[in-house]
Amino acid sequence: MSRPRLPFEFLVALRFLREGRMQTALILLGVTGGVAVIVFLSQLISQLQASIIDRVLGSQAHVVMRPLEEANLRAMPEAGSIALVEPRAQRLRSIDQWEAMVKLAEVQPRVVAVSPVVSGPAFALRGRASKSVALLGVDPDRYRRIVKMDTYMTRGTFQVEGSNAIIGVELAKDLGVTVGDKMYLRAAGGRDELLQITGLFDIGNKDLNRRWVFTTMKLAQSLLDLPGGVSNIDITVADIFDAQDVSDRLQAGSGLTVESWMTTNSQLLAALRNQTVSNNLIRSFVIVIVALGISSVLVVSVVQKQKEIGILRAMGTSSNRVMGIFLLQGGLVGFVGALVGVALAWGLLVFFSTVYRSGDGAPLFQPQLDAGIALSAAGIALVVGVLAALIPARRAAKMDPVQAIRS
Amino acid sequence: MSGHGAIVSLRGLRKSYGVGTPVEVEVLHGIDFDLAEGEFCALIGPSGSGKSTLLNLIGLLERPTSGELSIAGEATRGLGEQALTRLRGRHIGFVFQFHHLLPAFTALENVMMPSIIERGVATAEAEATARELLARVGLKGHENKKANQISGGQQQRVAIARALSLAPRLILADEPTGNLDTQTADDIFALLREFNRERGSACLIVTHDPRLAARCDRQIELVDGRVARDGR
Ligand SMILES: Nc1ncnc2c1ncn2[C@@H]1O[C@H](COP(=O)(O)OP(=O)(O)OP(=O)(O)O)[C@@H](O)[C@H]1O
Ligand SMILES: [Mg+2]
Repeated sequence: MSRPRLPFEFLVALRFLREGRMQTALILLGVTGGVAVIVFLSQLISQLQASIIDRVLGSQAHVVMRPLEEANLRAMPEAGSIALVEPRAQRLRSIDQWEAMVKLAEVQPRVVAVSPVVSGPAFALRGRASKSVALLGVDPDRYRRIVKMDTYMTRGTFQVEGSNAIIGVELAKDLGVTVGDKMYLRAAGGRDELLQITGLFDIGNKDLNRRWVFTTMKLAQSLLDLPGGVSNIDITVADIFDAQDVSDRLQAGSGLTVESWMTTNSQLLAALRNQTVSNNLIRSFVIVIVALGISSVLVVSVVQKQKEIGILRAMGTSSNRVMGIFLLQGGLVGFVGALVGVALAWGLLVFFSTVYRSGDGAPLFQPQLDAGIALSAAGIALVVGVLAALIPARRAAKMDPVQAIRS
Repeated sequence: MSGHGAIVSLRGLRKSYGVGTPVEVEVLHGIDFDLAEGEFCALIGPSGSGKSTLLNLIGLLERPTSGELSIAGEATRGLGEQALTRLRGRHIGFVFQFHHLLPAFTALENVMMPSIIERGVATAEAEATARELLARVGLKGHENKKANQISGGQQQRVAIARALSLAPRLILADEPTGNLDTQTADDIFALLREFNRERGSACLIVTHDPRLAARCDRQIELVDGRVARDGR
């Protein structure tokens, strides 16, 4: 060991921290814990929220347009069960000039996919089994950009033509059919058709796995007695939180009933917002407590270092530089605490990702660390460290060097 | 007594404590003297006479209540904290009675500290100077020991090496041998004298030891905050 390489302020700040081992360990622990809690909570909540939204939107269009008259009849797909449990006697209506409406939707900014859908209630029949289902006539190339059906297929591909049908794994089980088998589909109006099952899907939702039956648009139109018509237009937007905006604009432009996922899931959204608010509250408390901890420990350390401060002053250190030494101690503790805290948060995330599992046993979230969350936590820790050191540092700067030297 | 060519020049220097309070007390009642460049001077006097107070004033650690104080020809009245700090760092080296070393640093680092403060970092040149100074005060081989791992006499030698590290024109020593045995005290005193002769640093040394005071070129005696005697 020979000549120290660090600049004066760093050198002294580090030595002071090293000398006050217990105190340094204590505030480091506080900062580490605080950063870990903040990063862990933020990450967990943001991922859980993303995962919940993902699940909700995994089988639902961001925005749906449907005819005005049906505003109170919640048709497929997002609440199909209501329409199906109480099938309406009234004939389904088509969207007037739906081709023009599809074009209108397609030219809206932030809209990435548009898919017309022919949907209505029906019964799937085979032998003595009869199941109430939701018939969805789609253009697969368009619809797969609304609901990622390709990722849900367990048998076959998401393609339909002629009298092909794609059904969910639960319905297949209920009817005792599989790919290659046939089943009857009878629409509410009484028309029926023999369908060839060419694919099975598992959306991760038993209800939908039991109800959804995909056919071509043409077949659905004839079964549901909607010649050339469509019952709704599904839309995907680039950023899911733009859905309400896009929906409002489409509503104004089309005169149709237009709903975004944010309206149909307003309770979920409110819950998510509350979660965010309480997370921010916890964050603020943790920051305040950590700051108080750093501050009080450094105040004690300034008193203990009175003599050293006096010596440094006598050797030509200005009071500003003495202040810098203590601000630096706060910053260093904040910085190191943030690094260790982020690492600890990562460990917690990995651990809890194996603990928190959804009903089907799949992990509810994958452990991951957003650079944004980690960096902002580290930045906050650094700033809080320096700010917390402000009062002790000013005390150190004001300290009378003679007092220290005389005693 | 013009003050020209003096490293320290005092005119009517007064110092009161507790100014504006009921316990206001004047400790120094108008001190006048010059200390020439390279002068080796003892400051003596009974306990409580104001020796340390005077030394702290000259060392720019405290401000006088009134009177003039010049260091190296620069009047200090009206200078800000930064300017005083710079003046102190550039011209003055301190040796305290209780060999105030920084316990978190090694002997070598303590000796280099004035240079680190002055330059911002430790330079190779400063290290060479510090090693040489430590060798000169007889501490070769103790460079990397922490300040609190060496004896009191050794600590005071480190403090002297530290005071000399920037080759200051003025060394202020407040009872540098105060708590050392006679032999060690003599050694420390001899060291100061040696550096004074060699490098021409003026020394103002507070001491209670008449033997050591007699070995200085000049003795200033303070009694009750006044210069009672100033002789060579
Ligand atoms: N901060 C202060 N407030 C009030 N009085 C003080 C203060 N510092 C010193 N004094 C008083 O000033 C006087 C001179 O003190 P000083 O320390 O200069 O004496 P000294 O000559 O160095 O004594 P000693 O030989 O004991 O070290 C003393 O009476 C002391 O009580
Ligand atoms: Mg004294």
